[in-house]
Amino acid sequence: MLQLDDLQISIAVSGLKTGDNPQPGIPVIRSLRAAGFKGKIIGFVYDAMESGIYLEDIADEIYQMPYPSTGAESFLTRLGYINSRSKIDVIIPTLDSEIPLYIRLQKELQELGIHTFICTEKQFNLRDKSKLFQYFTSEDITVPKTVLLNSVAEINKAIQDIEFPVFIKGHLYEAYKANNIIEAQKYFLELQAKWGLPVILQELIEGDEFNVVILGDGKGNCLGMVPQRKLVITDKGKGFGGVVVNNPALEKFAQKVIKSLSWRGPCELEIIKDKEGAFHLLEINPRFPAWVRLAEGCGQNQPAATVLLALGNQIEELPPFKPGVLFIRHSEDIISNINLLGEISVNGELIRKQKKQEEIK
Amino acid sequence: MNTEQLMTLAVNKNGFVFDPENGISYTVNETGLFILQKLQSGVTKEEIIDFLTEEYEVTAKNAESDLDHFMAMLKALNLIEE
Repeated sequence: MLQLDDLQISIAVSGLKTGDNPQPGIPVIRSLRAAGFKGKIIGFVYDAMESGIYLEDIADEIYQMPYPSTGAESFLTRLGYINSRSKIDVIIPTLDSEIPLYIRLQKELQELGIHTFICTEKQFNLRDKSKLFQYFTSEDITVPKTVLLNSVAEINKAIQDIEFPVFIKGHLYEAYKANNIIEAQKYFLELQAKWGLPVILQELIEGDEFNVVILGDGKGNCLGMVPQRKLVITDKGKGFGGVVVNNPALEKFAQKVIKSLSWRGPCELEIIKDKEGAFHLLEINPRFPAWVRLAEGCGQNQPAATVLLALGNQIEELPPFKPGVLFIRHSEDIISNINLLGEISVNGELIRKQKKQEEIK
Repeated sequence: MNTEQLMTLAVNKNGFVFDPENGISYTVNETGLFILQKLQSGVTKEEIIDFLTEEYEVTAKNAESDLDHFMAMLKALNLIEE
């Protein structure tokens, strides 16, 4: 098992919101701590109500970040400020919307001495929902038929080729099953208003859905791979329970996807097995999923491996995972003090262990 | 009969059955567990009927009928193939 006991560095992790649509930051941090990491954890948040802020023993310091939509300059300025206050060695970004910024800012981050291990711009673009069908079909990897919609009227044309029910998906997030044209139009308008154009119409394939968390080495190999089947699915379609499966054909399919892209860094593949047993690639998420602790739990601490890779270490393929390991998500109330909310809201930062660190110095 | 898929099942002594390939789990009663274990150890249908009539108070005809029903369920779940 990978150990980070001797690593006296600072690791920044984003996405600290838990709750009904949890982000991956908290499980990533828990996996780092589980690997014995005793250095500093810095949490990056976009909102003062991200619940992970209020968990003790998670992040030593919290900084509010400007939304990625405000642009690279303000993002970099903020990172520079944080780095001057508290040297950052590694960042593990966990949100889709911020990954492009971290990719574009690689050079500037290097100048600041900040390391990441994430995908390239080309890889990020090829896995975009709007390009998935076109690219992977040419790579002999099956993807459900997909049509990009730029107006509600285009649904009529799209359904000449794809039968209902279909998925209507937002460009970045959210997906709904539409059983008829009325529902398709309704979801199109909702998703357009929320995430902009294009809205994606995708063939719905009936079958067993699997999710795979992978750490790619950037040369076409998987340093770690853990497939799971969701056992508990919320009304928002989020997996709140799952079990590790041992399916060689699924693993082979996932490896083919990673090899095709020479994927670098963490990702999650969403794959469906149809009734004839054929696999179809639904989505590639360019970061760890919120269920990444299952990887740690079944023998592959992928977040810990990511830190070592970001620091330039060579690591061997992670040990084989244990099938049958289960996760069930559990939510509970955090009792905190209003002063913490005040601190993060007014100052945009929260230094939790400063005194302790000063004592150590 | 192809029992390749059946062989991969993890069968708990309490009758909890886990398919590690698909992540699906099932529960079987005492008789179902008995049959599954026999099938996994490569016993033929005829031999299972003999075992059932020895183990339970059941005629060979009824045992065969119940076994056929159970096997049809296994087939429907793609756990065995004819």
